Amino acid sequence: MRNSGSLSLWVALGALFAAAGLAADSGIDVARSSIIATFRQENVPVDAPFRKFSGTIQYDPAMPAAASAALAVDVKSFDIGDAAYNAEVGKPAWFDSARFPQATFRSTSIRPGAAGHFDATGTLTIKGRAQTISVAIAVLRSGSVNAFDGSFDLSRKAFGIGDPSWDDVLDDKVHVRFHLLGSGA
Amino acid sequence: MTDRYTRTAVALHWTIAALIISAIGAGWFMTDMAISPLKLRVYSWHKWIGVTVLALFAVRALWRLTHAPPPLLPMPAWQRLAAQSLHGFLYLMMVVQPLTGWIYSNASGFPIVYLKLIPLPNLVGKDKALARAFQDYHSIGGTVLAVAIGLHALAALKHHLVDRDDTLRRMLSWRSA
Repeated sequence: MRNSGSLSLWVALGALFAAAGLAADSGIDVARSSIIATFRQENVPVDAPFRKFSGTIQYDPAMPAAASAALAVDVKSFDIGDAAYNAEVGKPAWFDSARFPQATFRSTSIRPGAAGHFDATGTLTIKGRAQTISVAIAVLRSGSVNAFDGSFDLSRKAFGIGDPSWDDVLDDKVHVRFHLLGSGA
Repeated sequence: MTDRYTRTAVALHWTIAALIISAIGAGWFMTDMAISPLKLRVYSWHKWIGVTVLALFAVRALWRLTHAPPPLLPMPAWQRLAAQSLHGFLYLMMVVQPLTGWIYSNASGFPIVYLKLIPLPNLVGKDKALARAFQDYHSIGGTVLAVAIGLHALAALKHHLVDRDDTLRRMLSWRSA
């Protein structure tokens, strides 16, 4: 009896430390974060969020150069606002979400800039194709939470998103902006 | 000569008629199209036509307020009332139908960029429930407007073929007023 009691205490303590460890790992608070792609069709800017993503950001303001980020975005969660179009962009000509369910970003180097700013260079992989991108990011710390804001442009064609027959109505350039909240270290 | 329409009034009548009929045709056709670049184009054309109708209606209203149209030709009182009500309804729809479409588009998350050049202000923010409601208003409005145009055309033909008066002829006349 006493043994099993102390065992459950250890399990509880272990769970607590694990939770604390996760927090220190700066997992992204997805519910309060956003990743929104703006594409242009017939010169009309359309904002469409990715509803599901996960990842971690390691960031210590004292050592910004040691920061790192890893994100995985569920491409099926891309929400244009209409079920038929959402289904369309999952097709092989677009995201091919059956074969490539996730788009990922993994930072490779961080260059600190002015206070609260840094440039993150990393590998963006969509539809199995990897591109190196560089993103200017602003960090805003409130309490124990860091908010990371940034945006970048990508080329649809570089990732093979969309058949060329769409090029006349759909811009190649897609603007992506993100607001990511991480629990602070 | 007060029994004639001005050339401007005639030109506005037929230009707006052609635009509205094209918009109704495009609207009818585009919703059932499979997703394709052409479908997006037709949607754009439909929206641009609607905005053009709205703008031309403003011109037409100003013109009519400053240039009295010729009085209706002699006809029974009920026909006069029916004609005037229908004209009023058609004018109303020249404003209402473009606006419900504009709101439906904005509520669905699509701003309108007139002719790919001029970004128009968003009348409402993205809102799924509002989009669904205005989709209905716009679609029902389109059907009702098509019926109203049909009645208007039938009445004009009746004046021309049955009553044999100048009602249709004077709207077709391009002679100087």
